[in-house]
Amino acid sequence: MALEIGDVLVGGMDGAADALVLSRPISFWGGIDPASGTVIDPRHPDHRASIAGKVLFLPGTIGSSSASAVLMELVHAGKAPAAIVLHEPDAILLVGLICAREMAWNTPPAFKLNRERHGQFAGHRVSFDSGGRITSP
Amino acid sequence: MALHLKDEEREIAAGARGEGAAMAMRIVTDAAKLLGADRLIPIKSAHIDGALFHGDSGTLFAEKLVAGGAKVAVRATLNVGALDLTGCAQIRLGEPQRGMARRMMDAYTAMGCEASWTCAPYQAGHRPEFGTDVAWGESNAVVFCNSVLGARTNRYGDFLDIACAISARAPETGLHLPANRIPAVSVDLSALERAFLASDVAWPVLGSLYGRLVGDAIGIITGVETDPGEDNLKAFGAAAASSGAVGLFHIDGITPEARNEGDDWQTGETIAVTPKMVADAQSRLSTAHRPDRIDAVATGSPHLSIDELRQLERALAGRKLSVPLYACTGRHALHWLEESGRRKTLEALGVVVVADTCVVVTPIMRELDGGVLMTNSGKFAHYAPGNTGYDVLYASLEECVESAVSGRPTLNGMRHGP
Repeated sequence: MALEIGDVLVGGMDGAADALVLSRPISFWGGIDPASGTVIDPRHPDHRASIAGKVLFLPGTIGSSSASAVLMELVHAGKAPAAIVLHEPDAILLVGLICAREMAWNTPPAFKLNRERHGQFAGHRVSFDSGGRITSP
Repeated sequence: MALHLKDEEREIAAGARGEGAAMAMRIVTDAAKLLGADRLIPIKSAHIDGALFHGDSGTLFAEKLVAGGAKVAVRATLNVGALDLTGCAQIRLGEPQRGMARRMMDAYTAMGCEASWTCAPYQAGHRPEFGTDVAWGESNAVVFCNSVLGARTNRYGDFLDIACAISARAPETGLHLPANRIPAVSVDLSALERAFLASDVAWPVLGSLYGRLVGDAIGIITGVETDPGEDNLKAFGAAAASSGAVGLFHIDGITPEARNEGDDWQTGETIAVTPKMVADAQSRLSTAHRPDRIDAVATGSPHLSIDELRQLERALAGRKLSVPLYACTGRHALHWLEESGRRKTLEALGVVVVADTCVVVTPIMRELDGGVLMTNSGKFAHYAPGNTGYDVLYASLEECVESAVSGRPTLNGMRHGP
């Protein structure tokens, strides 16, 4: 049983999904296929994993300022993570969610949680709610 | 302290100037809240990265702004799109993507953005003054604007850039605040050979290494005695922004803020760069291992300047190429290429001029399993494997050109032994 309370960065629906804990920061543009949600950067240790429908734990983001466009496209294509847990608020990435919300598309929530707390969720099904509670059995 | 909006800003967000302006203001204020800004500040200009097609969502977003009557309120140049509207290069984008990409580009010009279509706006006449606040997107343009020009911008993601341009405001946070521009870490290059620092192959490698070393911290590079010049600084920043989240770097005695204020700075940490670290960084830029042939060469990320096109012309020396060499550039340099008759000469040798876009953001190179792309760009080296499926071999411009002539990797240039 793991329970953490993260800060709500972008609000959304409650839900539950399998965790994907990335071991290294990633650039969404060039690192994630916007059509499928698959990690396409061959230098990334999680190459070929899919972020679609997962609770995505991100230790950090790097690179291109098109990360927001890739995330908004994932939302529109139904291939976004179910929720995103970030080490710190990344305005470039989360603008993708803010704009998707302006478009009235179904937008996943984003939470802030220290990256040292991410690992405990690896391999588990994770529930999250609008109060920022992130739990696994 | 929570975000405090002026009455005018609240009225715009509520729709006083139309739904497009309202949507833009809401996006800027939501981002400001996320970033913990206390207020919004006026901006002088914007550079918009959001007009590159990644899927239908971006087109629908831009068209919603247009339908709401949104117009940019400050000078706004456009970064690359997914199409070459000048007709120089064939883009292998099928329908319906091609039509959606075109609609997206049209939506941004309809909002009053300049059809500059370049990732090097700072070499196409858009150079904000030192100390001014601007809202720029495109990671290499951001880092150049902050570091080399000394204007102030955060790394604005796609869609926040256009929202700032429409509202003429940005959240007062991050690199807009002078206190956040002071370096926390020194990166010392004095152990490297001067001849290496004087070569063009050095700066993408150093940028790539620097980005990995500092991440999103502000650093100052020491031990560089000679100004590497604008094109090398451009290459350094682009590579640093690809491997890390670098938005601003300083070079002791060379970049403007380091010249003005550098004497007062004291960094807590110093990283001494060794030749071995540089050699490792250089080999990391390549994913192809000892290939016996190459299939294409790509140059121009960021877009080639006129000086870089002259270097390319000199290296070619009138020889025919056996594999295509893609020269990606903007209309500012294309105009010069055409006026001087060089475009025809270069194309006759096998150079493929690409304008308005580039080979890693849209399908231009033929699809090829196990293809090998040679490049002198740290940014191409970083993104080509994921975006094009080609393996990459990083080398100097001269080595790239020699290899494009022979069709085989010809590596003989400056490098550090391990």
